[in-house]
Formats: sequence, C-alpha cells, structure tokens
Amino acid sequence: MTAWFQSQLGMGLGWFAANLILVLAIALPLMLAVAMVIYGERRLWGAFALRRGPNVVGPFGLLQSFADGLKVALQEVIIPSAANRALFLIAPILTFTVAQILWAVIPFGDKMVLADINVGLLYILAASSIGVYGVIIAGWSSNSKYPFYSALRAAAQMVSYEVSIGFVLLGVVLWANSFNLSDIVLAQKGHIFGLINGFALNPLLFPLSVIFLISAMAETARAPFDLTEAESELVAGYQTEYSGMAFALYWLGEYANVLLMCALNATLFWGGWLPPVEWAPLYLVPGIVWLFAKILLGFFIFSWVKATVPRYRYDQLMRLGWKIFLPISLIWVFLVSGYLMLTRYSA
Amino acid sequence: MIQAFAFYLFASVLLASAVLVISARNPVHSVLWLILGFFNAAGLMLLAGAEFIAMLLVIVYVGAVAVLFLFVVMMLNIDFAELRAGFARYLPFGILLALVLAVEMIFAVGAWNAGSIDMAQRIAPIASDVPNIKAIGALLYTQYLFVFEGAGLVLLVALIGAIVLTHRERAGVRPQNISEQVKRRPQDAVRNIDQPVGQGVKL
Repeated sequence: MTAWFQSQLGMGLGWFAANLILVLAIALPLMLAVAMVIYGERRLWGAFALRRGPNVVGPFGLLQSFADGLKVALQEVIIPSAANRALFLIAPILTFTVAQILWAVIPFGDKMVLADINVGLLYILAASSIGVYGVIIAGWSSNSKYPFYSALRAAAQMVSYEVSIGFVLLGVVLWANSFNLSDIVLAQKGHIFGLINGFALNPLLFPLSVIFLISAMAETARAPFDLTEAESELVAGYQTEYSGMAFALYWLGEYANVLLMCALNATLFWGGWLPPVEWAPLYLVPGIVWLFAKILLGFFIFSWVKATVPRYRYDQLMRLGWKIFLPISLIWVFLVSGYLMLTRYSA
Repeated sequence: MIQAFAFYLFASVLLASAVLVISARNPVHSVLWLILGFFNAAGLMLLAGAEFIAMLLVIVYVGAVAVLFLFVVMMLNIDFAELRAGFARYLPFGILLALVLAVEMIFAVGAWNAGSIDMAQRIAPIASDVPNIKAIGALLYTQYLFVFEGAGLVLLVALIGAIVLTHRERAGVRPQNISEQVKRRPQDAVRNIDQPVGQGVKL
C-alpha cells in the first residue's frame, strides 16, 4: 500500500498518506473495541455479582458505552482554579496518546504490523514508561491532596513493576533470539514438540508468563493493584478533579492499555496471531481472529480478577514487586540463559 | 527531505527545552522540560540509526531517572527566592564551568577533524544489516568484557552502598510475616468451648 501511494503522490507525501491511513486503521477500531470491551466487562461484573449489568440501551445494552461517551462529551470540563491549567489538560491527553502509540508494533498477522522495528519490545517498554507521567502530572497539577497521594503511589508502583516486566521480557527475548515482535511470534511456531504454538506451555517460560500477567495488572493499575484510584482512601485518586471529556480520556486510555497488555501477553506467550495448535486447517482462519480471541481471553481473566480479588495494601504491593517477583524473574533469566547455553549454543 | 525536517524539529525542540530547564521558575516544570529534552535527544539518536541507544535513553532516563527526579521535586517545598539569591554568587563558577566545557568541545571536534581516526569507521561503524543490539552486544561481551563487568561491579557497589546508607534498625517494629499468617490454621486461633452461664472465659 505504501508503494502504491508513493507512486501516486511521490516518496515523502505518499509515505505520509499511507501511514496516516494505517494509523487510523488501528486507532479507530481500537476505540470501538475499547467501547465494546467496557460494555462487555460491565456485563461480566454483573454476572459475577449476580446482577444484570447494563442491559437497557440498545439490544442487550450494546449501545451503553456510546450513550456514556455522548454524556461525557456533552459535559463541561471543569478546571479547578488552583490547578496548573496547561499541565492539567496535557496529562489526560498524554495518557490517551501513549495508550495508542503502543499498538504500532503489535503484529496483527503475518507481516500485518505498522512498524516492524528491530527493537519492538524495547519500544513497548519505552513508550509504556511514559504512561506513568499522565498520572503523575495529573496528580501534581490538580493541586489537591488526594490526587497528589495517588500520583506518588503511581510513580513508585509503576517503576517497581516495570523492573520485573523487563526481566520477564528478557527471558522471552533470549528464547526467541530477537526483540522484534513478529520474530518472537514466529519463534513460537510449533514450540512444543512441533504441535502447540506458544511459549507459555514451555515449563521454563510458564512461570514468566504468570509473573507477566500479574505484573501487567499492576502496571496498568488494575484491580487488585488499583491503589492509585482506591476509592476508599483517595476519593478517586488522580482523576478526582477531572470531569467531562478529560475524565473520559483517562477511562479510554486505561482500557486501551489493558487491551494492549492482553495483546502483549498473547503475542509473547500464547503465539500471537498463530493458531493455538499447529494444524494446517486452522491456518485457514485469519491470524487476526486468533489474536483477537487470545486478547479477549486475556481480558476475561483481567475482569475475572477485578471482580473477585480484594485490593492489595500498599506495602503488600511493594513486597510482591520487589521481594517476590524481582528475585524470581532474575533467577529465571539465569535459568533460561543457562539452559540455552547448554543446549542451543553449546557448539 | 523528511530526515532534514525531523532533524531540525528534534534539534530545535531539544535546545529550546534545554534552555527552559534552567529558566523555568517552577522546578517541576524544569523536570518536565528535561523529559521533553530526553525525548528529542532520543529522536536524534533514531535519526543517526542508533535505535537501541534511543530506546535505552527513553527507558532509563524518562522511565526511571526522571520519574524519581519528579518524585523528589514534587515533594520538596523549594523556596524560589532563596534559590534566586544565590545566582549572583555562583555566576562566576558557572561561567568557568561553561568555559571549560566549551574548550573541551572545541578540542574534541579538533581531534575529530585532525584525521587520526579511521575515516571509514567514522561513517559506518557497524554494518547496516546487523541490528544495533547484536553489534553492541558482540562488542561489549568480547572486546570490552572486563571493562563492562567492571562497570557492573561499580553499579553493584553503589546499589549496596545506597542500601547500607539508608537502612537503619528500628526497635519496636512488628513487621508482617506473611508466611506465618498463611501457615496459621483455624484450630490455632479459635477455640470452641461450652461455657456455663455466669462464669467468665479464661483467655
């Protein structure tokens, strides 16, 4: 497609037009997916709590998220008079943008990736490390006590769990021998006896996948690690002073981040766009369907945990990150690299 | 064309944010400008084809160092007037530092142009088909292995030093022992007794 646009519009402009269309082709369906996923999650919570959930707007309540979106878009954005105006408005935009740019390196199928870069995983780590600023800046610029506490918590929490996520990714990178996400997916082809696609069922990598799932919940500040917006202690955390569309941007950004973590989990451990079992007829189904199925499965686990597990205390959260996940993932990097040295590289 | 545009964009934003880091009145704004500066430096690295360094710059400096900076600066209650009062006193020292840096830079550029370094190596230090990470890894873990491990040891010493400096024994603390709590069974904690009426329970 880039080649066609470049033949029509010249090198620079053609490249720009083609990539603009590709970016929109990811970002717009992502927003639609976020809206539907919010609806789905509310129905799931309803089922977990033996309630009905949203079932009034549209057939089965399917249009609930759009009604909420319309409501929020029509609300006034109130800016507290003591707030730092510019930063107060930049913060939600930052969160929302970061949640979207991360999707650039996720492979949706064979060669179906916007930016097929060598350092794909490092890009994910780099871009997601910006995400925390959305929360910190919001907490500081609100000029209000509870958002400020929330910002301090968020800063410490996300830095802590990024460390163990980094080591988990290192284990996968060592096995796949590449930082490129497409190569990592292809390295999982027929990983278990040439039958099953995916690193997660490898006994050496399975613990890493569990650590990744839990760290992903902490990294996206989802329950049981939603200390940053713990309503019983911090009103609504960093979002306390936000209203209208600025609040909705946090909402959308949070769910886009959760979906991204599920996509990353699927890509790194469950074979990405590959079918779960290496069997020719399964390849007739487009890879993107498999990826979406895996993402939705991961998202179900996320909402299951949110509906059932009580919130961690802050010191317990820190203990889990630094005293349990960090040593285990560090040891596992040694184990994986040692195993690979003894088998793959012992020439 | 697009490279030149990107270069001037990154470079000008980098310079502007660097100036704003030192001229911003609010220290939190300073740190935020610094973060913008890091980003644009990473962009320049990307243009130079050093994608690994660019990503590391963002991960380490933006993701960790600047977060801690911001963390500390947000919690400090800095008196701006007092800070500004010292400006005149430290100005000669600052000018001296700037002069030293400028002289060093001139020497570095001069040595670079003197031509003692191999020209071919300067233009293409690594083959373009080898990913950055592999090229750096191959160099670090073969030719510069001992220097690399030495740097690792220095970091380890700093790490342990930080723990030793901040760790203090406090008396009277009863920390939570999670494994003990998990091991506790109902029969250890609960007693079922048939209590006669009118008598107290002995604990």
